[in-house]
Amino acid sequence: MNSYPALELKKITKRFGSIVANKDVDLTVRRGEILSILGENGSGKTTLMNMISGIYYPDDGQIFIDGREVVIKSPRDAFKYKIGMIHQHFKLVDVFSAAENIVLGLSKEDSPTIKEASERVRKISEKYGFDIDPEKKIYRMSVSEKQTVEIIKVLFRGADILILDEPTAVLTPQETQKLFSVLRTMRDDGKAIIIITHKLHEVLSLSDRVAVLRKGEYINTVVTAETNEAELTEMMVGKKITLDIDRSEPKNTQDRLIINNINCLSREGIKLLDNVSFTAKGGEILGIAGIAGSGQRELLEAIAGLQRLESGEINYIDPNTGKTENLKDKTPLQIRDLGVRLSFVPEDRLGMGLVGNMDIAENMMLRSYRKGKSMFLERKKPKTLAETIIEQLEVVTPGVSTPVRKLSGGNVQKVLVGREISSSPTVLMAAYPVRGLDINSSYMIYNLLNRQKENGVAVIFVGEDLDVLLELCDRILVIGAGRVTGIVDARTAKKEEIGLLMTKTDGGAA
Amino acid sequence: MSKASEKAKEPLFHIAKRPSMPMWKSWLIRIAAIAAALIVCAAIVVMLTDLNPIEVYVSMFNGAFGSKRKIWSLLQNIAILLCISLAVTPAFKMRFWNIGAEGQVLAGCLATAACMILIGDKLPSPVLILIMVIASIAAGALWSVIPAFFKANWNTNETLFTLMMNYVAIQLVSFFITIWENPKGSASIGIINMNSQAGWFPSLFGQKYLINIIIVAVLTVLMYIYLKYSKHGYEIAVVGESENTARYVGMNVKKVIIRTAALSGALCGVAGLLLVAGTDHTMSTETAGGQGFTAIMVSWLAKFNPLLMIFTSFLIVFLEKGASEIAMAFRLNESIADILTGIILFFIIGCEFFVNYQIIFNKKHKEGK
Repeated sequence: MNSYPALELKKITKRFGSIVANKDVDLTVRRGEILSILGENGSGKTTLMNMISGIYYPDDGQIFIDGREVVIKSPRDAFKYKIGMIHQHFKLVDVFSAAENIVLGLSKEDSPTIKEASERVRKISEKYGFDIDPEKKIYRMSVSEKQTVEIIKVLFRGADILILDEPTAVLTPQETQKLFSVLRTMRDDGKAIIIITHKLHEVLSLSDRVAVLRKGEYINTVVTAETNEAELTEMMVGKKITLDIDRSEPKNTQDRLIINNINCLSREGIKLLDNVSFTAKGGEILGIAGIAGSGQRELLEAIAGLQRLESGEINYIDPNTGKTENLKDKTPLQIRDLGVRLSFVPEDRLGMGLVGNMDIAENMMLRSYRKGKSMFLERKKPKTLAETIIEQLEVVTPGVSTPVRKLSGGNVQKVLVGREISSSPTVLMAAYPVRGLDINSSYMIYNLLNRQKENGVAVIFVGEDLDVLLELCDRILVIGAGRVTGIVDARTAKKEEIGLLMTKTDGGAA
Repeated sequence: MSKASEKAKEPLFHIAKRPSMPMWKSWLIRIAAIAAALIVCAAIVVMLTDLNPIEVYVSMFNGAFGSKRKIWSLLQNIAILLCISLAVTPAFKMRFWNIGAEGQVLAGCLATAACMILIGDKLPSPVLILIMVIASIAAGALWSVIPAFFKANWNTNETLFTLMMNYVAIQLVSFFITIWENPKGSASIGIINMNSQAGWFPSLFGQKYLINIIIVAVLTVLMYIYLKYSKHGYEIAVVGESENTARYVGMNVKKVIIRTAALSGALCGVAGLLLVAGTDHTMSTETAGGQGFTAIMVSWLAKFNPLLMIFTSFLIVFLEKGASEIAMAFRLNESIADILTGIILFFIIGCEFFVNYQIIFNKKHKEGK
């Protein structure tokens, strides 16, 4: 084996306009090791990886492969040097089979027939322990299967330096374990693996070494066996922080939302919600767990008045008057006019919750612009609100007039959550509110939700990290293929138990 | 493998996004672009025609500003183009690709002409003009509400739909021209109400175009305020950026689409009114003259800012006037005018690239070590 490291970066710098995404970053990966890249959001992890895989070109610095300096101008160059990247968002053609997707884009001379390709895919799968059917169409696959196809795709092209960008974000605990065992097999086979992740316990259980970035700068690389969570967090954030969610006992809980047998069909007539019933209580955080796309989105949108329901009732009990209103078939405006203070932090922050090209103050106006009879906009109050949120939630931004799309993910979310909380809601729904957020911002969001709960708000939290759900929520509703498969007490439930409920399909469901 | 081929070769340059640029610097780039365009144009003129480029530019300038009459006609043309540009702006800001301004203007023309011909001599002038205003606005609005209604309810493609509506309008106009033909056999309707001048806009201070110019100036300011400060303007911007967000905050997206399209068509109708009652006093299928499409460019170049559109519409009209003057003065055919206009627009639009991006030439790395 070669004595040079598989990949070495020296003083890599990348600027976007006036923002320095990476500054003098050094990094080494050896063959037969798994390197984790850890860093807060906006610390430049993905930018760095994009430069290795040819999507961006560095402004400065050198890249060495096996000790030889190389220039990577395009993804094609990256292939040439056997670098393969598995992106967070899959790039697959839905109507093609796994094998067809894998050979897609190969040049004429080395493009095999589908049959040969399927054969090779099977061999790769056997070697590393993947479980995949090359003939299966992508649209029939689960998220984890799609990810497998992406990994095989780069292996098929002979990659021996693999980069995975937050691969576990979309997986169940069982699927994550499976992925890790595959990655370990690949490491033992002599491949160099780089994995970007936020989850500290994954870093500790999987990787051999950890490289830490902070605000675009390289901090240090440490051997995993010689470190611990607290030390890594401190390197990442630059100061000591505590990683405990302060969960208080629910007080004075009262029923706020009673959902009764709601059903919802997709355009194609597939059942998205199947007789869903549950109660959300004020003063409590109700978690919703489930595999992505099991009906979580439809459920929240139905409550918010954005999703048409076939049948069922959504009963809201006003905490002041005790009156009950059925919110089914009401538009968001009608719900608001009833005096129901419902706040919703949707999954798609920039595509639904906010307008990316508008500034923070203008985004504050989204909820309040209708107030008053004047035909002109009131700009002062939203601006004051924007300034308050920037100050209280420590939003990092050049000013109130910066378009929100220019902010980092965590700051975008603070703006959105800040706005939704500012209307002092009685029901607060949040879909994946910490997805893609760094530790600091995540804990800030958890604390905000907890504070709302203590104020008597009924909080509904759709999450993907089961550890967090178990630590944060009071009760957890598990949803599988549009139906409620169980409601458990978060203080006593086990992760594995929820994992099983997530995949449970009662006879009737396909 | 030889050592040489293994050596890493850097690309000569790469392109990167610029940090945001101060206002004056970006305008400096734009002015430089116009200067560069004029130099290239000069070179082409010399190559193709052996004329003195300075003389050509002087005659171009004269074409626009040569006489009092020319200046008024320049201002009048700017007013009409600006009016149509203002009309398409709210629709485009909402990402409703209204390329049917041409047809909406003609609908406005048709309604105005109908009023003048059918009831022109029966009503006192103020009443007549009021009816003309209402009719032209309604006609223009109707012409754009039809596609908007289908878009809002069944998500039809508004680009195709508004485009098709243009042809319907053209055919309608030519149909009514045969009905109102005057004199018979001329295939045109001649000057409407030549003797009574019923329904003609009055001259102000002896200037027959002044009233058009004032109307458009007022509309420009109103549109600027509407888009920037009104709740409607805000809704247009949100729907344009993301319909999902609009729905999420409870906006009635259908209503916003139809209302905005109606406004867009209504202003086109006004342009039709200004053309027939304030300028031509006649109507043909050529009355809109492609300005419904040119207006899209004016609006985009000004980045949908109504005040900036004063400059962009001036620029376009100036180029057109100047170019046709060159063609006439030097007995060149119209193509040379089109070539010059094309080059200048290419530079103006192309310079936006340099405003947003910079080219970084890669320094060689230090050898050795």
